[in-house]
Amino acid sequence: MTSIPDAETPAGEVVLEAIGLTKHFPVRRKLRDLFSRKHDAVHAVDDVNLTLRRGQVTALVGESGSGKSTVARLLAQLYPRTAGDIRLHGTSTRVKSGSAFRRYCAQVQMIFQDPFASLNPVHTIRYHLTRSLKIHGHAGKTAEDLENALHGLLNRVHLTPPERYLDKFPHELSGGQRQRVAIARALGAEPEALLADEPVSMLDVSIRLGILNLLRDLKERLDLAILYITHDIASARYFADQTLVMYAGRMVEGGDSESVTQSPAHPYTRLLIDSAPDPDRLTADADVLEEDRGNGEPPSLIHPPSGCRFHPRCPMAMPRCTTDLPVRLEIGDRPGHWAACWLYDEATVAAQRPGSAVAS
Amino acid sequence: MSEPVLEIKNLNVGYGLGDQGVRAVRDVNLTLHRGEVLGLAGESGSGKSTLAYGMTRLLAPPGVITGGQVIYHPAEGDPYDVLALSDERLRKFRWAETAIVFQGAMNSLNPVHKISTQLTDVLQAHEPKMSETSRLARAREMLKLVGIAPDRMDAYPHQLSGGMRQRVMIGMALILQPQVVIMDEPTTALDVVMQRQILGQLIELRERLGFSVIFITHDLSLLVEFSNRIAIMYGGRIVEEAPASAIYKDALHPYSQGLLGSFPALKGPRRELTGIPGSPPDLKGMPTGCSFHPRCPKAFDPCAGNIPVLGRPGTGDGRTRSVACWLHPTGEPVG
Repeated sequence: MTSIPDAETPAGEVVLEAIGLTKHFPVRRKLRDLFSRKHDAVHAVDDVNLTLRRGQVTALVGESGSGKSTVARLLAQLYPRTAGDIRLHGTSTRVKSGSAFRRYCAQVQMIFQDPFASLNPVHTIRYHLTRSLKIHGHAGKTAEDLENALHGLLNRVHLTPPERYLDKFPHELSGGQRQRVAIARALGAEPEALLADEPVSMLDVSIRLGILNLLRDLKERLDLAILYITHDIASARYFADQTLVMYAGRMVEGGDSESVTQSPAHPYTRLLIDSAPDPDRLTADADVLEEDRGNGEPPSLIHPPSGCRFHPRCPMAMPRCTTDLPVRLEIGDRPGHWAACWLYDEATVAAQRPGSAVAS
Repeated sequence: MSEPVLEIKNLNVGYGLGDQGVRAVRDVNLTLHRGEVLGLAGESGSGKSTLAYGMTRLLAPPGVITGGQVIYHPAEGDPYDVLALSDERLRKFRWAETAIVFQGAMNSLNPVHKISTQLTDVLQAHEPKMSETSRLARAREMLKLVGIAPDRMDAYPHQLSGGMRQRVMIGMALILQPQVVIMDEPTTALDVVMQRQILGQLIELRERLGFSVIFITHDLSLLVEFSNRIAIMYGGRIVEEAPASAIYKDALHPYSQGLLGSFPALKGPRRELTGIPGSPPDLKGMPTGCSFHPRCPKAFDPCAGNIPVLGRPGTGDGRTRSVACWLHPTGEPVG
């Protein structure tokens, strides 16, 4: 086992960028709402900023329902956005369908969570990969070119020898092999950015690392920008250079993975890390102490809490947290480590005691 | 070591019979002691859920129990074999003696009934002499125990969050005060924060009420933290069984070691991890000998030919653990 050198944020070229990205899903109106002006909406994603750089993995961590998959789908232009901007190589893009969408797809590809559902069961692996190559114009001119390209793709995802897999159907492959085919299909477009939405959570634990190591290897060899969406913060630490934490549709903390996981700043990130299974904390001895911390559940996103969305659960809540939306504040331990939390605003902490507005 | 409450002896469970059949659980021997949390870990297809359904006789056809015994020791009276119970006695045994919380338990509540109805329904079936008011009181008490305000009694399942529904299910499993609670992946559908709250609560309840738990999951790191003993299954067999700390610090079977090496750590140095190469075996074409040998980094001559028996390893703290691996030839077989 070798140790991984700490990534010191080399400034790779920005491939994909989200600025103030917002998505509200309208809620169906009931009859009694017809005469009111009220338009309820699920605030799935609010004001999200993120940058994907060439040759770097950015992890987006959050609970289910925090909006992390919506971010991926917005970035893949599968949903139209409500507000904000998506910039590909610095140019603002909004595509809906047709050739513009194809051009966008050629640069930004997505890998889905469930390799059992994302491959068509009636088609062979050859068909899946050939389509990807043909649509994006990488199939070459002759049948021989195509064959070489297919072999190249399968070799890249370590499905060797390729001829053994090309004419198989998805049901003949294991989950890990299927996910490798899904990755190969995404690579067929020769993209610059990969959006991986929980790529390993449906797989058996013993083969998850194989897929993550493959993605890291591809990132290095092909200089890809990868967005890795996960609920498992330990795997974000293992795999990603940057980690962003999302709660109830908003980003709450971000920075390089080591500082976010080793010295979490936002109370929610701390709760998340304390809750992760930790074999070193053997057999339930210290649990009861932590019981009263961060109890409760994520809020309704139709009427999200005012101020900081975490304040109803936060053990450190101050009066200001209930009214004012926190801004991104630098933590100061490592460059680029920030949290959206009033605890890091000196003036606020001086005036109000942390924990003084804890809901009982 | 305290007295056993459930002893599984040479249990074999298959799906289908004859040439078409697959053997999902093979020669499993396992003892659950009073008041302990026994973790059962393994990948999908390793037979852990089949084992749980087999020992409670909940297996739906084509699942069949092809051999073995499940000896249950009631709090009072003589031990008996669950697999030999008549239908009438089995009906009494279930829930009152052994309760099970299913995978995705939050979806096992009936959406068109209030949770109070569903809780009292159990009491009505098992203790018909109980009065309506005492049934309701008992249900209210159960909800309080699992941390749900009793005024939610009249809520329908959709009015509760996933975590609360899961708690209702745990409360429902405990309502007849069973000796054994089997939990099949009880928290996989929940977030880590909720998972910790519910498991913490379960451990606390266990200390108060004194039942034993069989906890089935694929998440070994969770088991190491929450259980007393861990049994690891692979290809339908138990390959290693030991106290949780022994598994974590000094796993003997290469599969257990591989499984432990598959979880990135949140603390300590960042290390390159590899997981386990290859993929889990197909139950239809099980490898000869040790079913792990095609993926095993330490496989040697006897592994491909002979099936290792689960036995006490010759080394060190061998009294409390057992392993099925040719690297650790047994001093004495178990059982």
